[in-house]
Amino acid sequence: MKAVGWILVTLLSHWRRHPVQAVTLIVGLALATALWSGVQAVNQEARRSYAEALDLLLGQQMPTLISSDGQRFSQDVYVALRRTGWAVSPILEGRISINGQQARLVGVEPLTLAGLGGGVGLDSETARSRAFLTPPWRTLAASGTLKALGLQKGDAPIIDENRSLPPVAVLDELPPGALIVDIGVAQRLLAADGLVSRLVLGEQMQNGRTPLRDIVGERLQIVGPRMETDISRLTDSFHLNLTAFGLLSFGVGLFIVNSTIGLAFEQRRPAMRSMRACGVSLGALTAALLLELLTLAVIAGLSGLILGYIIAAALLPDVAATLRGLYGATVSGELTLNSGWWLTGLAMSLGGAGIAATGSLTKIRGLSVLESTRQQAWLTAQRRRHRWQLWLALFLFSGAALLLEFGEGLLSGFAIMGGFLLGGALALPTVLARILELGERLARHPLAKWMWADSRQQLSGLSLALMALLVALSANVGVGSMVGGFRLTFTDWLDDVLGAEIYIRTDTSQQTQSLTDFLADRPEVTAILPHQTAQSRLAGLPVGIEGVTSDRTSRQNGRLLAGGRSAWQEMQAGSAALINEQLANRLEIEPGDRISLPTPTGVWDLRVAGIYADYGNSLGELRVSLDAFRARWREVEQTNLSVRLPHDAVPGLMTDLREEFPWVGGRMVDQSTLKDISQRIFDRTFAVTAALNTLTLGVAGIALLLSLLTLVSLRLPQVAPLWAMGIIRRNLVLMDVGKTLALAAMTTLLAIPLGGLVAWCLVAVVNVQAFGWRLPLHLFPLQWLQLLGLALLAASLAAILPAIRLWRRPPAELIKVLSDER
Amino acid sequence: MLTVSDLHKSYATPQGAVPVLTGIDMELRDAETLALTGESGSGKSTLLHLIAGLDHIDSGDIAVAGISLSSLSDAGRAALRRHHIGLVFQQFNLIPSLSVGDNLAFQARISGRFDPDWQAELVARLGLNGLLERYPEQLSGGQQQRVAMGRALAMQPSLLLADEPTGNLDETTGDAVLDVTLDLVTRTGCAFMMVTHSIRLAGRLERRLHLSAGQLK
Repeated sequence: MKAVGWILVTLLSHWRRHPVQAVTLIVGLALATALWSGVQAVNQEARRSYAEALDLLLGQQMPTLISSDGQRFSQDVYVALRRTGWAVSPILEGRISINGQQARLVGVEPLTLAGLGGGVGLDSETARSRAFLTPPWRTLAASGTLKALGLQKGDAPIIDENRSLPPVAVLDELPPGALIVDIGVAQRLLAADGLVSRLVLGEQMQNGRTPLRDIVGERLQIVGPRMETDISRLTDSFHLNLTAFGLLSFGVGLFIVNSTIGLAFEQRRPAMRSMRACGVSLGALTAALLLELLTLAVIAGLSGLILGYIIAAALLPDVAATLRGLYGATVSGELTLNSGWWLTGLAMSLGGAGIAATGSLTKIRGLSVLESTRQQAWLTAQRRRHRWQLWLALFLFSGAALLLEFGEGLLSGFAIMGGFLLGGALALPTVLARILELGERLARHPLAKWMWADSRQQLSGLSLALMALLVALSANVGVGSMVGGFRLTFTDWLDDVLGAEIYIRTDTSQQTQSLTDFLADRPEVTAILPHQTAQSRLAGLPVGIEGVTSDRTSRQNGRLLAGGRSAWQEMQAGSAALINEQLANRLEIEPGDRISLPTPTGVWDLRVAGIYADYGNSLGELRVSLDAFRARWREVEQTNLSVRLPHDAVPGLMTDLREEFPWVGGRMVDQSTLKDISQRIFDRTFAVTAALNTLTLGVAGIALLLSLLTLVSLRLPQVAPLWAMGIIRRNLVLMDVGKTLALAAMTTLLAIPLGGLVAWCLVAVVNVQAFGWRLPLHLFPLQWLQLLGLALLAASLAAILPAIRLWRRPPAELIKVLSDER
Repeated sequence: MLTVSDLHKSYATPQGAVPVLTGIDMELRDAETLALTGESGSGKSTLLHLIAGLDHIDSGDIAVAGISLSSLSDAGRAALRRHHIGLVFQQFNLIPSLSVGDNLAFQARISGRFDPDWQAELVARLGLNGLLERYPEQLSGGQQQRVAMGRALAMQPSLLLADEPTGNLDETTGDAVLDVTLDLVTRTGCAFMMVTHSIRLAGRLERRLHLSAGQLK
């Protein structure tokens, strides 16, 4: 074996003799890699699903023609374009209800779409077969979609008394959640005869043809794929949140790694000096250390990736439910990972190990063979480090404050939060040291004085673990406050918004009229409130428009965040609109401002009368009077109805409605069920956050345990003299555990204000940037108490094993400490 | 084997450069044994460290086995130690995570000169039988110093340098360690230079040089 090989074997022998340190290093890096890669796997799966959907709809990312007001338009445009030689393919989209579940129906013309080179799976024989294109036609869907809708191959599900889907066939290349039919079938099923949603455009170059604008006029506009990927854009903030959490966990894990590598370096310093004395060159030693780091990082990285896969598989169902509930995005429930994910995860592990080891590797350059061995050299170096850490903390706080004033965007929000968190962590050792100094000065009993002084001595070795604990606890306090506050606000808001007792959604105006006629004859019904919806675009952003009837119920329930007392009356008069908070923030609109809204009948100039809260909605929205809505969106079917009646009459009326209108079954929901569903979506949304929070706290707890175990041998010179002076070992052990608990408690108490700051950043900055709405800040002292209890429990568990080891040390070892110079 | 010519060395302090060695000239022949004595702070250990290539000289020259140290880089000096010089320190400086057997073989292995038969002979002569699987912290001071000596001799150096090798040992143990060292030095034919403050031990070597205030007397 070559010299470098023997040097590497010698370096690795340290880990064999200190298995706890080896485990610390590998576990720390593996956990960090696992949490990061798990989150990335989830994000990757979600984005892959969006991309598949995108490919399907846009013919592999081609430009499309859509209506300027976002509505469907006549297929005559399509015919005109084809006749003048333009390569276009029509697509019609809509939603239908199957077995009580909403599904996305997409009508395509496979021959022209395939001719443009587009459509995932639609150039297959199945899509261009006679069965698909001629009666009785076919509905194509992926097997996962059928399973989710409770369908089997060959089923022809009934939509209503007049409509049913063509028999279903499986085509697994299709994206999840989509039902594909021939466009003619879709027009019939969606009651959109002669209409299309968009035209996929093969190329934009004129090439001698009649100019596009001459044919489509101002009715249509060309959009590139990125502008149309509302799902990708809308979900970006959600994925960024996940990534931020993954990064936080990665950082906490790296604290462990840095601490372990630093300690290992100092413990091996004498060995490295001996090696240098034996003729090992600096270059050979550095090369061997790098090889060692590479080996350990690869082992940890691979372990972390396997663990990350398990975490991702566990998180994906909740993430998919959240994305479906919040954004209507459909994500496959199964993980498919490519080699890029493995390589990126491994690179993160190697990179993380490299970052954590930078300090130690640079110290090699200054390693002097002649330096005398000094006990606790590592601890001395740690104390020096705390000084510049404080300066760095002040720099980070200043940077965060500047970003708060001048920064924009979601990334800026995360950077602010990261600056405060990291700054707080870096300042922690100095703050704790000052507290401990104060305690020592005030203490009277010699043992109490020793306890304070020894805690300060111990601080150097535990500082990284305590910093990791602070970051994890602060994140817990911050996210817990945000989620708890959101839950309180959401529950109150639901009570406000869900004023009606029954909500019904139909497919056509005729259905709605039938229902209205039926309900009008029911004595228990106190109000029938129709409302209609449409889509448009405002300043390039997709917006929903809701035409509402403003009755006493609406006005009472619709508390406004901003706007005058007469806001509802103004809206009802038809000259003003109420907008949701998201739209107001994104376009920086205030009550009193004017907006120009494209409608089918022309641009509508409106005054903004008020702003309302609209949690859970990722889009901007406007509310206008129903009459004004109908005057402009004449072709839009009236498909929404709310019914007011006494609570105890609800079951009876719902039964009667089902009997009278068999098709109404899956489209009718009562207030309490809707609240339950909303609450469950809410809980599931934050289940992922809670899981990551707990995991991060777990990583920090492990950091504390492993640091304490690692430092056991370094504790001996501190406790041996007290033992020699007559303090029994049981008392020494109890004092040691007590000191660890005290440090953990102090760290928790410091985490509370830092966590409050994190909570404020989340509700005032990050949330607003990500979702468009701002939550009130609520603080939960009971949660802090619980967290303190949890931190003390974790610290106790972390301190017990090292305490037992200390207790079991034979007297001979303690004597050896007193006689040896270590 | 060893030639030191007009060697000067000083250390920088806040008050200015402090000369430690001034105009040192000396020689050591093959297979010769030399004791370097002097009071504390006389520069004995500094001279030994310079000869071992562990520190830089200010001026003058040192040549070991015909190789001038002043022309060597750090890697070159490391290579010289690896192949030609065995070092023994007062503090033993064994590698804590290696067993006794692996400690003994370390320098021989990295210099490509590991000889199992010579290793076995060293183990027997140094009285280390039965201790090869133990670790340094499980040995007494005398045993650790024997291991250190064995490590230095395992690669059959041209020059053995020892800095107060018996300084941490009691008199009896120290004598025993020196006995076996001299025996093995004779066996290998290497030159041996020992720094010591013990006149008694110095008397057991062929030659003695006395360092006082940085100059040889």
